[in-house]
Amino acid sequence: MELTTLTVLIMVFVLACVIGYFVVWGVTPALHTPLMAVTNAISGIVIVAAVLVAGPAVVDDAVCNAIACNPHAATLQSVAKILGFVAVALCAINIFGGFAITRRMLSMFRQKGGK
Amino acid sequence: MTLSPDLSALLALLAGLLFIMGLKGLAHPKTARRGNSYAMAGMALAIVITLLQAGVTDYITIAAGLALGAVVGVPIARGIQLTSLPQLVAAFHSFVGLAAALVAAGMYLQHYAFGLLETRETIEMSAGAAIGMVTFSGSILAALKLQGWVSGRPWTWGGRHVLNLLLLLAIVACAVAFVTTFSPWPFVALIVLATIFGYTLVAPIGGADMPVIVSMLNSYSGWAAAATGFMLEQPLLVLTGAIIGMSGAILSYIMCAAMNRSFISVIMGGFGAEVAADVPAAADGKVAKQAGVEDAAFMLDTAERIIIVPGYGMAVAQAQHAVKELFNTLTEQGKEVSFAIHPVAGRMPGHMNVLLAEADIPYDAVHELEEINPEFARSDVVLIFGANDVVNPAAQTTPGSPIYGMPVLEAWKAKQVYVVKRSHRPGYAGVDNPLFTMDNAALLLGDAKDVAEKLTQAVKEG
Repeated sequence: MELTTLTVLIMVFVLACVIGYFVVWGVTPALHTPLMAVTNAISGIVIVAAVLVAGPAVVDDAVCNAIACNPHAATLQSVAKILGFVAVALCAINIFGGFAITRRMLSMFRQKGGK
Repeated sequence: MTLSPDLSALLALLAGLLFIMGLKGLAHPKTARRGNSYAMAGMALAIVITLLQAGVTDYITIAAGLALGAVVGVPIARGIQLTSLPQLVAAFHSFVGLAAALVAAGMYLQHYAFGLLETRETIEMSAGAAIGMVTFSGSILAALKLQGWVSGRPWTWGGRHVLNLLLLLAIVACAVAFVTTFSPWPFVALIVLATIFGYTLVAPIGGADMPVIVSMLNSYSGWAAAATGFMLEQPLLVLTGAIIGMSGAILSYIMCAAMNRSFISVIMGGFGAEVAADVPAAADGKVAKQAGVEDAAFMLDTAERIIIVPGYGMAVAQAQHAVKELFNTLTEQGKEVSFAIHPVAGRMPGHMNVLLAEADIPYDAVHELEEINPEFARSDVVLIFGANDVVNPAAQTTPGSPIYGMPVLEAWKAKQVYVVKRSHRPGYAGVDNPLFTMDNAALLLGDAKDVAEKLTQAVKEG
């Protein structure tokens, strides 16, 4: 069976929506703020995409001349890398900040007379 | 070392499972901390897998970005006042939105440089950039409104719906032009228009509806991540984005239900603009009784079952810790004391629970609306701190009232109700509260913190 990538991604997307629906309804209302903080941290997953933009080395002109490149290929790639770097940093703020604030909040919830 | 695509996809699946287990942990405060650790492990795994993908070589740039994020993010998370959480969360959403848009733009430049652009990819770039920029500017405005740097009053210009519709159509038109020509200009125009659209989408929404907006932007940040995942063919991004999108959507729904407003009416905005326009002054000419702290302390002394209803006013007055002292004193005397929380008591879903937890109030003394409503009839004293609309009986009895139909805490069913208030003024929705003039109710005028301290003192001495 040969499926296109798009089909597979759509399957993942739809099934994830269903999982999300049930998991989130299972979250106790008392923890809705930590839920939002932790989903905030997890949304830093865009860092995966950001790394793929910031990570590749700039292909130099010699290589580029062999294939049909834009004349400004090197510049365009460098700009792309800068955008990728900024995206990595923004996502990292979310990841570190989001998990830290979730931890801080959750450590405050305690039972009667207990820890 | 480079991972094969299949191995990295399977490891990414594991990361996705860790995220799901992380959210599952939030089903109960006991398992929540472990859940957060699962989610952290999932994120660490996801980052490592990505670093080991073919073509990723520039580790210095990535390490610098990560370090910058940690240096900025952790101190903010440690230092932030928990009353300011909603604006912090909104600000964080804006970062994700901007990152998604930057990724789309960066991807475009890379593929444009090598003439590798494909139609499908440009559709996904348009979606990623548009949702990302709407999330970005919308979240910034929401954060500024929550922080009070921009007025919380809604933008009520009559032409806003037409403008928003035109902006949306223009964004779609730019996307079509971009997808068919691969030219950078329609893409730039799309980014600019989406940024404006995020602003005009949030501007009409008033302060009272902010919890819905914060949840909605949470949802958008998820959809932006999912769009990015389609663009880069990363199943983990699609999976995580979809779960976050769903989570934000459900929280928006819960908040709307708690205010008895439809999601559409919140989005259309304008609510809260006509505040206090036609409030009948003290409807039937009744005047609210006032009570002294001694009277209240006497009633508390003889009471067995006490319910405390905290509202956002309590947090504004920084009275959580004083209320906690009162809670401790009463509990030590063998009384049954519980807290009743309305879903919109704070500025974001579950906000009040966190504020009470911060004040060291045990979570099993804190109850949600459905749980606690049957308890009011059998309670001796109800103390209301800085809450108003959420205990307004008009929501059940007055069909013409703006809050009619909203689920409320039935505090008036208790034997005696004390409302701690600064003044006689009505609440956020500008609606008169008949509870205040009921025979079993009395006002304790003063600052919430001050009143709570005096009550504690009087109960101890009594």
